[in-house]
Amino acid sequence: MNRAMSGITGKRKRPADALLYLVIGLFTAAVFAMTMYFAGYIFVKGCAGITFALLTTAPNPIIRTIGILPAIINTAYIILLTLVFAVPIGVGGAVYINEYANKRKLIRVIEFTTETLSGIPSIIFGVFGYVFFCVFLNLKVSLIAGALTLTIMVLPTIIRTAQEALKAVPLSYREGAAGLGASKWYMIRTILLPNASSGIITAVILSVGRIVGESAALLLVAGGSAMYLPKGSFFEQIKNSGSTLAVELYRYAYSRGENEVGFAIAALLLIIVIGLNLSVKLIGKRLKGGAK
Amino acid sequence: MTARNAFDAELDALNLELVKMGGMIEEAIENSVAAFKNQDNALAQLVADGDAKVDDMEKRIETRCLSLIIRQQPVAKDLRLISAALKVITDMERIGDNAEDIARLSMAITGEHIFDVVKHIPQMSECALKMVHDAVTAFVNHDLTLAKTIIDTDDVVDNLFCDVKAEISEVLKRGMDIHNNTVDFLMIAKYLERIADHAVNICEWAEFSQTGKHKDKQIL
Amino acid sequence: MTKIVTENLHLHYGENHALRGINLNILTNKITALIGPSGCGKSTYLKTLNRMNDNVPNVKISGQVLLDSEDIYGGTVDVTKLRKKVGMVFQSPNPFPMSIYDNAAYGLRIHGVKKRLLIDEIVERSLRGAAIWDEVKDRLKTPALALSGGQQQRLCIARTLAVSPEVILMDEPTSALDPISTMKIEELMSELTKQYTVVIVTHNMQQAARISDYTAFFLLGEMIEYDETNRIFAAPKNPRTENYITGRFG
Repeated sequence: MNRAMSGITGKRKRPADALLYLVIGLFTAAVFAMTMYFAGYIFVKGCAGITFALLTTAPNPIIRTIGILPAIINTAYIILLTLVFAVPIGVGGAVYINEYANKRKLIRVIEFTTETLSGIPSIIFGVFGYVFFCVFLNLKVSLIAGALTLTIMVLPTIIRTAQEALKAVPLSYREGAAGLGASKWYMIRTILLPNASSGIITAVILSVGRIVGESAALLLVAGGSAMYLPKGSFFEQIKNSGSTLAVELYRYAYSRGENEVGFAIAALLLIIVIGLNLSVKLIGKRLKGGAK
Repeated sequence: MTARNAFDAELDALNLELVKMGGMIEEAIENSVAAFKNQDNALAQLVADGDAKVDDMEKRIETRCLSLIIRQQPVAKDLRLISAALKVITDMERIGDNAEDIARLSMAITGEHIFDVVKHIPQMSECALKMVHDAVTAFVNHDLTLAKTIIDTDDVVDNLFCDVKAEISEVLKRGMDIHNNTVDFLMIAKYLERIADHAVNICEWAEFSQTGKHKDKQIL
Repeated sequence: MTKIVTENLHLHYGENHALRGINLNILTNKITALIGPSGCGKSTYLKTLNRMNDNVPNVKISGQVLLDSEDIYGGTVDVTKLRKKVGMVFQSPNPFPMSIYDNAAYGLRIHGVKKRLLIDEIVERSLRGAAIWDEVKDRLKTPALALSGGQQQRLCIARTLAVSPEVILMDEPTSALDPISTMKIEELMSELTKQYTVVIVTHNMQQAARISDYTAFFLLGEMIEYDETNRIFAAPKNPRTENYITGRFG
């Protein structure tokens, strides 16, 4: 090694490095530009279409007005129902895998299954949901069948995310609780779940995003129209068929050629998804801040 | 295997200084007795002046021991060795003082000798000198057998002291016509006896540094 | 008086014979220090005293551990009750991510104490007992994780004291702390022996010498020597103890 090289002064950029930086920079710019263009395009085309009337009425074929309130309600119902099914099962499963299961093989099978589930195209869930929930369990094409199908779809995310959150709770907390005589379940209730809550909330919000965005599977199991406001209670309504916002988007844009309404719904969905993502970040930050 | 080479080197250095200090006091005893025997005032003065060096050496070893305690926080054998060394140097310093006392007394003595009558002083001094030498050796070499032998030898010196005492009282009783230094002779004998006692002390600390027992009593 | 009697205690982790026939008596209201090189079994032994090893996979324990002449590995023993009697403080401070108050009250709630006033009283008493009350009395509702490491460890001690244990096990309780915090905890320990029996695992031999009344030296899963601390550090009987504490191996 000569003296010049062993010193710390002197600046000499290698040409290969510079080139690589340039290429990476260009790619980054391209990705950013495409995203911005895409979002901007939808907002510009869609925001004008989001009117108070659109959001607060049902479609009326007689006077030829279009409203998406039924779809919004259907979406809310499906989100609620899916979470009611998926969160307890998912979190419970994660707790079981992480804290109770001590057969390595079983854990690996469960983990493999959940990973595989998350990679399956949603239309396959749709077909399965139709055969199993709508026909076999005789739930018909309904919101509840849709929610059950979505439950299977979001479970992998919830299990995996919750599991990561549980794993991140330091061993020392478990030891500390055990050392004071806490039973395992007491420890899970008072230490583990509260500490994993930020991760679990993240999982829930990500799942909501998935539910809001799902269309293909729901078209099959929950039905494809949202013409009327619900007349009965929540529990009666979920037995009926009904489409969510994403499904409506497909119908307006594709089947009926109502592109403006399509863009309006798209913009609305985009706003919801962005809002959800921001809230994930915010909650994560707040919980982390609270712990420190 | 061991992570304490530096500490061991320091303990070796401590031992070396103890040996050195042992050499100094042996020389002092030897010279003081020689000065007394030969009425060599110059040599006696040398011994008297030399005691300051022994004192310095004591301080130096003391500092070394204290700094070892601070820095190494010795336990077990190391603790016993270092604390015993602290005790031993006090005894060695006292031996040096006794040698100086003998030298100073010998300077004051004038006139003819009474060695013809007080025969046992040379023998006593030889015996005490050997005890000091062996005691220091036993301490630095961790030689328990040697230490035991020396402790037993003390009786010999004590008996010799009694002999000297008897001889001197004989001299006084007979009112033999000698100078007025007779009592000083007794003092010199007493100093030699003290030196032997200090040698015994050193041996007892040697035993402690190996076994943790001092005079057959567990200290800790 | 003897609090814990260990008789011929063997512990296997699978193939690993971690404790090889430990016989050791822990005396009441004394501090007993367990020393030895890493992997010698001292922490494992400590954990057998409140059955913290129970959940380790493939663990096999034989022999007896008698707490007040009662076999803690007996069939009818309730581990929750055992751990109430034999509390534990861990190596790195591990307060739960909740308020100081809730940390101190955690054990009480496990054991079903519900009366608010009683909990208040015990929380204060144990925080005082752990010499941290004055530092935290004005911010009991603030997160425990905002405390300094030394304060956190004293809070953990308070948390243990709150359930009124008889024995406190400490697994290297100061190894993650600075010297001043360490000193405070050591100070506290000698205070604790008035009411409690303390067993401490420590890597710091000076610490064992400073604070303990009795010391046991472990090596390769065996208990080599047990004696008064003074004796162990002044004149150990076993040359292996001597070699270890003087740093001649390990």
